[in-house]
Amino acid sequence: MSDAIEVDARGLLCPLPVIRLQAAAKGQAVGVTIKITATDPGVRADIPAWCRVHGHAVVAERQDGRDIEITVKLGSAP
Amino acid sequence: MNEPRKAVALISGGLDSMLAAKVIMEQGVTVEGLNFYTGFCVEGHTHAIRSTDRKREKRNNALWVAEQLGIPLHIVDISEQYKDIVLNPKHGYGQNLNPCLDCKIFMVHKAKAWGFLEENGFDFIVTGEVIGQRPKSQRLDTMPLIARESGADERLVRPLTAKNLPPTLPEREGWIDRDKLYDFHGRNRKPQMALAAQFGFHDYAQPAGGCCFLTDRQYSAKLEDLWQARGVRDYSLDDIVLLKVGRHIRPAPHFKLIVGRDEGENHFLEGYRKQFVHLRIESHLGPLTLIDGTPAAADLKLAARIAARFSQGRDAERVQVSVHTPDTTVEMLEVTPAAPTEIAPRWYV
Ligand code: SF4
Repeated sequence: MSDAIEVDARGLLCPLPVIRLQAAAKGQAVGVTIKITATDPGVRADIPAWCRVHGHAVVAERQDGRDIEITVKLGSAP
Repeated sequence: MNEPRKAVALISGGLDSMLAAKVIMEQGVTVEGLNFYTGFCVEGHTHAIRSTDRKREKRNNALWVAEQLGIPLHIVDISEQYKDIVLNPKHGYGQNLNPCLDCKIFMVHKAKAWGFLEENGFDFIVTGEVIGQRPKSQRLDTMPLIARESGADERLVRPLTAKNLPPTLPEREGWIDRDKLYDFHGRNRKPQMALAAQFGFHDYAQPAGGCCFLTDRQYSAKLEDLWQARGVRDYSLDDIVLLKVGRHIRPAPHFKLIVGRDEGENHFLEGYRKQFVHLRIESHLGPLTLIDGTPAAADLKLAARIAARFSQGRDAERVQVSVHTPDTTVEMLEVTPAAPTEIAPRWYV
């Protein structure tokens, strides 16, 4: 997953991390992965929900101290 | 109906906009949701900050609604431009600092700009407005005003109250069937609840005052206080986020304390330590306190005494407090915690 686009959303409150992820996903091809790092625990619910409504998939989630890393693989929806 | 039409629905996360979108989807129209981030949204924020709220199920209601409806949701950050709406609302404020009418006009305008872009290609806009639902912004006379001033004109459809209004373009063109729209009006929520049950929606959010913090009296008082203390009506995103966190205590016009109320808030305030003079309780367990403004040395002592009051050393004779400036100089103070009577009730913003 080393070629994932990285988004740093640490210190931002929801829904800003989702907005950053959405911006990073715009115009990207299906199959591209994006790794977002955030500190607001709300992302654990919001990012999977955002992925579900857009047809993307959460492929990994891990916690590193206060940092929450979520890796998303873009699906068929634009 | 000939070619399938596309509508963009404003989704706040509440029931009405959810129903409005669903009513239009039921007519075979392709609907996508649009949600605006103003900086004042009730979503997320404090829920994520306060430890006590962490146990509660966290969800972004707009995303939840989109999931129930099975539609994509686009969240758009309008916080920068939204400032002008909050600071200079042409149509004034509601009960608190909520500029609902200007806000609606702005959001519909933004939805039009976004949705009618060639690449997005939407035909009309859907909102969950209901005549008489809100005394100031949702009235018979504000409906055409919003349509006109937003520029959406005849392409703005309010499915829940449409039968109380003249037919819009999508109705006249047969893109949607007016007979299958509704005539809800007034503050009674029963028709909405019945329609929700009919669609099989449960567990939806019912915000009491409105969709944002500006409808909250205490929050508005804090924002007014900020403007008054600074002598200028302006704010940054950090300002309005911080107004949702901690106890705000203003002993004098030129400085204010923001005292964390629990571990979650303390942690959140840590993120601002490089921007503010801040106090830590060294000898006991205690909150992190940010000082907003331009405190003098004597003010810092008072601030330290107040902060000590909210620490576990509140009954101790002496409490050690460190004062940190953003340039990382540290000064140690030893203070007697302020007695409750020394903190005037009017200092609590
Ligand atoms: S409650 Fe807030 S977000 Fe909702 S219309 Fe009023 S000002 Fe806008």
